Amino acid sequence: MGTSYSARTEHEFQDLSERTRFSIDQISNLNKRFKQLSNNKETLSREDLASLPDLDNNPIRLQIINAFFDKRNLGHNEVGIVQEICFEEFLMVLSHFQPTRTGTTEDNNEKLRQEKLRFLFNMHDTDGNGIITLDEYRQAVEELLSKAGTIEPETVKAIADAAMLEVASTTRGKMEPDEFYEGITFEHFLQMLKTLDIETTMHVRFLNLDTVNMRCGK
Amino acid sequence: MLVSAHSHSPVGSRSFLERGLLLLVVLMLLEGTVLPLGAASSPDTSAPNGAGGLDHRDDHRGIGHDNMTFQKKPFPVLGINYGHIRLPFEIALWVLLASLMKLGFHLIPRLSGIVPESCLLIVVGLLVGGFIKLAGEDVPPVLDSNLFFLILLPPIILDAGYFLPIRPFTENIGTILIFAVIGTLWNAFFIGGVLYAVCQIEGVHLSQVELLPCLLFGSIISAVDPVAVLAVFEEIHINELLHILVFGESLLNDAVTVVLYHLFEEYAGAGEVTLMDAFLGVISFLIVSIGGVAVGTIYGFLAAFTSRFTSHTRVIEPLFVFVYSYMAYLSAEMFHLSGIMALIACGAVMRPYVEANISHKSHTTIKYFLKMWSSVSETLIFIFLGVATVAGPHAWNWTFVSVTIILCLVSRVIGVVSLTFIINKFRIIKLTNKDQFIIAYGGLRGAIAFSLGYLLDNDHFPMRTMFLTAIITEIFFTVFVQGMTIKPLVDLLAVKKKQEAKRSINEEIHTQFLDHLLTGIEDICGHYGHHHWKDKLNRFNKKYIKKCLIAGERYKEPQLIAFYHKMEFKQAIELVESGGGVKVPAALPLQVSMQNIQPKKQPPAATERALPQFTKSREEEIRKILRSNLQKTRQRLRSYNRHTLVADPYEDGWGEYVLKKQRMIELEKKMTQMSNYLTVPAAPSDSPTMRRARLASDPNAFYNIKTPSDSVPTIHVELASPQSPDSVNLVDEVPKKGAMGQGLSQRNAADMKEDRERMMMPPSAGKGEKVEDDGGETKNPGLQRCLSDPGPSNEDEEDEPFLP
Repeated sequence: MGTSYSARTEHEFQDLSERTRFSIDQISNLNKRFKQLSNNKETLSREDLASLPDLDNNPIRLQIINAFFDKRNLGHNEVGIVQEICFEEFLMVLSHFQPTRTGTTEDNNEKLRQEKLRFLFNMHDTDGNGIITLDEYRQAVEELLSKAGTIEPETVKAIADAAMLEVASTTRGKMEPDEFYEGITFEHFLQMLKTLDIETTMHVRFLNLDTVNMRCGK
Repeated sequence: MLVSAHSHSPVGSRSFLERGLLLLVVLMLLEGTVLPLGAASSPDTSAPNGAGGLDHRDDHRGIGHDNMTFQKKPFPVLGINYGHIRLPFEIALWVLLASLMKLGFHLIPRLSGIVPESCLLIVVGLLVGGFIKLAGEDVPPVLDSNLFFLILLPPIILDAGYFLPIRPFTENIGTILIFAVIGTLWNAFFIGGVLYAVCQIEGVHLSQVELLPCLLFGSIISAVDPVAVLAVFEEIHINELLHILVFGESLLNDAVTVVLYHLFEEYAGAGEVTLMDAFLGVISFLIVSIGGVAVGTIYGFLAAFTSRFTSHTRVIEPLFVFVYSYMAYLSAEMFHLSGIMALIACGAVMRPYVEANISHKSHTTIKYFLKMWSSVSETLIFIFLGVATVAGPHAWNWTFVSVTIILCLVSRVIGVVSLTFIINKFRIIKLTNKDQFIIAYGGLRGAIAFSLGYLLDNDHFPMRTMFLTAIITEIFFTVFVQGMTIKPLVDLLAVKKKQEAKRSINEEIHTQFLDHLLTGIEDICGHYGHHHWKDKLNRFNKKYIKKCLIAGERYKEPQLIAFYHKMEFKQAIELVESGGGVKVPAALPLQVSMQNIQPKKQPPAATERALPQFTKSREEEIRKILRSNLQKTRQRLRSYNRHTLVADPYEDGWGEYVLKKQRMIELEKKMTQMSNYLTVPAAPSDSPTMRRARLASDPNAFYNIKTPSDSVPTIHVELASPQSPDSVNLVDEVPKKGAMGQGLSQRNAADMKEDRERMMMPPSAGKGEKVEDDGGETKNPGLQRCLSDPGPSNEDEEDEPFLP
């Protein structure tokens, strides 16, 4: 590695740091991880993530992996899936999981909150039309329960139905019998999860990231 | 119910009259108890204590005293032998006094709103002590350390440990430990050291107080007391985080207190503590704390394992919980380990497994017994504190006492502020200044400090009485001044209060979703953080431990399903409570139904349309009703509150509801096959008395009672009639698997319902409608558990199947 290379990466890191609010150390650590995951290629593909053994036990692994390749999370304004992502996009996805800084203004807090919730929303809204329909929600619940042994499909259906009904009732209020509630929009989603304190729960501690802990998993 | 009606009634004079009557009763009791209580001041010696009332004790036995000359006296038809029953009688009187006091306070809601209950109880204790003294008796040393540590304290701690909210506790464990260990150490040394320095000042006449006794005193008085914290914090409804921080600290500092106490007590005689001793002290601390937790965990697992086999002897299930926990406490105390930590560990460890194994009724029993005992214990402790204050002996020293009080406050504030400064560097949710203030201000001292001081040997510590006086004054100061003012301060500072919102199913789904998501992200980052380990622990738990400790198939049920069933149960209860029927009253705003959210389906074939549509819409209406109650905002308590324990009359209604629901599901499946329209009137909800009467006799009898009560419109579920042969088939075909998860949810539902109801004032749901107990449903393992607990009598009848 010549000095030009390291100078270039430093400059890149600086740039990335400003854009994604990670610190330089965190970015360099994540870069190493990225290289590990992608086998030193420039881009990360789905197979790279899917082969992580740690993720096997996770009931929603597919959705998590999809989230990395979902264009909406990568800062593009379009809908769709990409096949590969570069390091910057990797960082952008991970930036959703930063903890909120103290001293940020109320507005910034709200913005961060919305970003995180938007990420969650996108994970559920698989067809990208901006609405979580009953089927999508059912799918989500089913995934959630998928590793938990044999589950009655009836129960899954009932749970998803109940959840949907709840959202509909709290957001739409009284509905005529022949009105149809298409699904949960983003505003409804926000309302629904008001009490969850997303800013504090949805974060990963990037502080302690160091190479010793990293497992390649290949 | 009546109580609340009275207290809220506009006729204030009536409640006043009641209160006056009660006071009169109490006073009479007091008069009656003064003599015997006073006579109990020397419990071990049987020598009469100068009280006139003891002559009759020997009356009965005095007859045969003179064996030489047998004089035939007329046969005593009526006699008094007080001495025979003296001790239990006095104990019972004390307990009765405590309970009546508790009752009395809640008759005057305004008073209990201003003054925390603990203060009132101490005042009562002072009064009782005063009465006894006035009567010329010696006040009994009621707050005997043995009594306190072995009898009065364990129920409170077990109650706290069993119902400890695990999630916030483990999330904040680091903070709690730092406050508990380092905070208490700092307090002890600061107070002890500065006190010693003050004592050395000329003119204070306290120079005989050595350093070590001072340090000992510091360690006794520095510990935050769980009983006092519980008593006061329960009433201020502060947010969960602060509650668990202060409360957790008060629990975990026991280990530190134990070690410091023993260390200084041991070496106060020797007069010096070397570095070696200090090092040993540290080792001792580790052993005490970890050992205590280990002992508790072992007993916890034993209890869980035992509960796995209790399916045939449901009646004694609660006993295992209590006995194992108490033995854990005693075993830990035996080895000088931290009994409190053992008890907490035992309760927290055994709870998830035991709850999965035991029957619904046992769970209720455990819950109510724990609350009852801890409530009575707490009341007694505060009363005894008052009595012990009157008893003395006291050695008042202005300097010592005032310096103690000031130092306690100062050291607490300094400790909290500096520790928070350090802790905030590692926390995501920082502790604000307001939080710090509450934590500092909420550091109440209580009876543990007093008992520890009481234990001191008078020979080694000639200034023991002075210490005791100072301790009592400090306790009074914290409980009265801090306890009374903390509530208005909380309001003034607008500290975040407990969240009242109900936990919805969406939140539950997303909480779990987030857990998995964050674990996944951590895995992708290659970072083994909190979520990763938590996930691993959960999986380990599920795979190995649960299999071992939970009977039957129940260990496989995922949390979300349990939660969902809990919610369904709650809905059913709300439905019954609000008297909902198919004709939805205006009180239930019906907002969204299944039809609104389901995408349009193909209409069924014309020939079958009449039948399926009807039943399906019926079913959906019922579902509507059930689910519409989800939107009713109810009060939800996140941390538990002992004072407003509400009788839950609906706990047994689960069976009935489940049965109906299963029938509905079954019916939906079979509707294409059945050609005849099946109806059955639902068994009506009855008044409680009627229900109890029925249960006492024959559970099958109530099925024949068809007339619905007028006050409550019943759920007319159109299902198979019991007499028709079809119905029996229906029941037989109820799928077992679907019912699997419901057993667990029964008592969880009751628990949740309980949690929610606690915030309500004495039962405002005063209708007391009870869905009658389901007689039996052998196919459902969950119900089986509910019903296989026969209760103390009439076992056979309740186990008979619901349908003939």
